[in-house]
Amino acid sequence: MKSQYMIKPMIQKPNSELNNSRRRFVFGASAMLALMSIPFPKNAFANALSQSLSQLSGKVFDLSIDYKMVNFTGKSARATVVNQLLPAPLLRWKEGETVTLRVKNNLDHDSSIHWHGIILPTEMDGVPGFSFDGIKPGETFEYQFTVQQSGTYWYHSHSGYQEQTGLFGAIVIDPATPDPVIYDRDYVIMLSDWSDEAPENIYAKLKKQADYYNYRERTVMDFFSDVNKNGLANTWNARSMWNNARMSDTDISDVTGSTYTYLMNGNPPQQGWQGLFEQGEKVRLRFINSSAMTIFDVRIPGLKMSVVASDGQNIQPVSVDEFRIGVAETYDVVIEPEVDNAYCIFAQSIDRTGFTVGNLTSDASLHAPIPPMDPRPVLGHSDMGMDMNGMDMNGMDMNGMDMNGMDMNGMDHSKMDMGAGEMSGMDHSKMAMGGSDMSGMDHSKMAMGADDMSGMDHSKMPMGGGDMSGMDHSKMAMGAGDMSGMDHSKMDMGAGDMSGMDHSKMAMDAAKATVSGLGLAGFGSNNEIKHIDTEFGPQVDMRADAPKSGLHDPGIGLRDHQQQFNRKVLTYGDIKGLHPTYDTRQPSREIQLHLTGNMNRYMWSVNGVKFMDAAPLEFEYGERLRITLVNDTMMTHPMHLHGMWSELETGDPDFIPRKHTVLVQPGSKISYLVTADAKGQWAYHCHLLFHMPGMFRKVVVK
Amino acid sequence: MNKTNLMALGLLSLSATSTSTAVFAGGNDDPLLTKVMLDQFEKGVDPQDPTQFSAQAWLGYDLNKLWLKTEGEYSNSDKQDFEIQALYSKPIAPYWDVQFGIKTDIKPTPNRNWAVIGVQGLAPYFFDIDAALFIGDQGRTAMRLSAEYELLITQKLILTPEVEVNLFGKDDAELGIGSGLSDISAGLRLRYEIVREFAPYIGVDWRQKLGNTADYARIEGEDTQETQFVIGFRAWF
Ligand SMILES: [Cu+2]
Repeated sequence: MKSQYMIKPMIQKPNSELNNSRRRFVFGASAMLALMSIPFPKNAFANALSQSLSQLSGKVFDLSIDYKMVNFTGKSARATVVNQLLPAPLLRWKEGETVTLRVKNNLDHDSSIHWHGIILPTEMDGVPGFSFDGIKPGETFEYQFTVQQSGTYWYHSHSGYQEQTGLFGAIVIDPATPDPVIYDRDYVIMLSDWSDEAPENIYAKLKKQADYYNYRERTVMDFFSDVNKNGLANTWNARSMWNNARMSDTDISDVTGSTYTYLMNGNPPQQGWQGLFEQGEKVRLRFINSSAMTIFDVRIPGLKMSVVASDGQNIQPVSVDEFRIGVAETYDVVIEPEVDNAYCIFAQSIDRTGFTVGNLTSDASLHAPIPPMDPRPVLGHSDMGMDMNGMDMNGMDMNGMDMNGMDMNGMDHSKMDMGAGEMSGMDHSKMAMGGSDMSGMDHSKMAMGADDMSGMDHSKMPMGGGDMSGMDHSKMAMGAGDMSGMDHSKMDMGAGDMSGMDHSKMAMDAAKATVSGLGLAGFGSNNEIKHIDTEFGPQVDMRADAPKSGLHDPGIGLRDHQQQFNRKVLTYGDIKGLHPTYDTRQPSREIQLHLTGNMNRYMWSVNGVKFMDAAPLEFEYGERLRITLVNDTMMTHPMHLHGMWSELETGDPDFIPRKHTVLVQPGSKISYLVTADAKGQWAYHCHLLFHMPGMFRKVVVK
Repeated sequence: MNKTNLMALGLLSLSATSTSTAVFAGGNDDPLLTKVMLDQFEKGVDPQDPTQFSAQAWLGYDLNKLWLKTEGEYSNSDKQDFEIQALYSKPIAPYWDVQFGIKTDIKPTPNRNWAVIGVQGLAPYFFDIDAALFIGDQGRTAMRLSAEYELLITQKLILTPEVEVNLFGKDDAELGIGSGLSDISAGLRLRYEIVREFAPYIGVDWRQKLGNTADYARIEGEDTQETQFVIGFRAWF
């Protein structure tokens, strides 16, 4: 497929002769609105030129990769760009059409472009070394494939560290059938991280001193302020686990705002990006996290966001105030802003060392205030996948149960007889149990003898109590025919004293709770967490012994946002496909993969084995399988499978959402289903650029 | 122990891992790197006080490194110290490396050569530990244990207490070293990291000679204990 085309003048929608301040793209379901010209005055936003994305549309695209000097920080530095643009041009495709992309490499190194999240033949996937040799300096490679999907995606280099130096762009694919999402105008919001330092140097520094970029280590001052607040004994105990483990609970991001400047559509925060809307419009924002290393938390103060798509795929709309977007993920949201108002699109880094902003307004002279960043997150014991002391919960996953004190004395659940034949769909989410004193709770006759309890949701069953000793669940028999899908994962118990809770006789017959050893499709894994031999050695510093489910966890730094700020934060558990599950087969097998590393040595691997030393994962063509990822580290890893969908098991077998990148929370596990319907060799890796070289697997489908 | 063989073995292991594979994404996960650390470079405040340094450097990969250590003391008097260690360093646990190789004491004279086996790493509670056993000719043995801790006052102002003890298996009269616990030293340095790689510091060093070594010192009319205030800098790249 390699050919030597000359670069042709590109078909570019926004006039390239317009100056930057006037360059914008506006498109939408309503063509009339898109054509209306909204004046975009110079110095519109923060006295600077807000740059918007350039769009290319059609079926044939000429892209040329070059070096270019850029200046985001006050210093000039070399970037890798496409058609002289950073971000690279927005490519607009149409579902069902065949697109041709002629990519010329003008660098003095090999290059490549990978179409992230696009289903295509393996030789078009753009990963050097897997059925494609990369694009040599001076050469042009012609990609050609038929677009089989619609939605928001992106593209980036898969060679060296070129992605971090700017080689990334957005892809928007218009659906062949009417879009189920109703909107009048849409904007792509590309989030990225920029450093003037060469990526190789950042990587080398991390290898030499892993906490090089962390300027939020615990200090003596912190210790004294904690002692003041919590007393010496509590402070000492809280610290001792971290001290013993030789780990830092402030180690949220490897590379931070101390070197990164965060960009929105290529605009640094001092400048911001600006988007305009008109009265009564529904605006669709297509968020793409094209960062190298930065996970963002996004919100628009004053506006609810209706999340309508995840990783390009439509989902059942979820109304949220805030969402976390992992590196390489995309989320589409629809908002209904009020006219004569300005809104701040605020994306703060997961470690709160920086942010990037946009201004969304009907009047270019209005600027929304930029909110302060939220408090910096601190890792907890559960982020190490640790079990809770003294609790014997035989297989029940209750990690992270949240118990803020209320009064539960004398609660009697003894007559709470749940002996129904059919209990699927039971929702205990509002069954709040709070008590400073919960001793004496008797669940002994809480019989749950259902035939079918799949779909029971205890996820929002908060139990708050200072003292829960004496809770007796001993006779809480759960002898169900089918209990797969019961999710206690977010039954948060953060109590002071829970010793004495006895779940030991809370019989849950695991054999009955599964179908042929595997959990039912849509509900995730029932399998035991096993750390295999290769996970032991100097290359692995931690193993999560009791990983909790990452499904209902908003993630580190967001867990208290509901209580503290009254912000609803999106969790994976909220996501259900809009389209019914495409492949309704049960998984025929499960692969458990552990994400591993040694933070101190800055080594990353899967199952303790780095890519260089690993055998490929083999999928049988046509099979339906489950992948369970167990995160044995304290970092949040966005895992990306090329060529096939990752169908995230969020609890509804009928509407399993499809993703291409899945965030795996620290010390947690998560499962998704894969239909191996694409022959060839595929990449499967963590999308944090400096984890990728080691935390990488080749997948072979044959 | 044959030192030449030891070193050859180390270098062999180094080269064995240097074979690179195709670059798929972020490049080679395990590039050949070097780190040079000038941990201490300081001068006593008193003009009589010596200039001292302590440095380490490594070259290698995640799991195989050639590691050099050197330290020394220079003053106008004839009391000078200079030693170099060349070690092969290999991780044996997430936080621990085992290191073996050779050490040569160039000053004071007559110089002494040793085979080295040691462990270096991070103990719980973030103590940096370096413990080594030295085996010299004529049945000489020695041991050195050092521990260091970093206390962050702020993100850039860092207080570093450290202790070091030296033990010897037998007397070395020529060098004024006695068997048993020969000396203990403790230091406290307060540095300010202007950037991660460069930090000036002030500090105090206290050294006490013990046992037979202290006796030799007394015979020579030297102090058995010294305290000095130092200024210096720390740097790495
Ligand atoms: Cu990762």
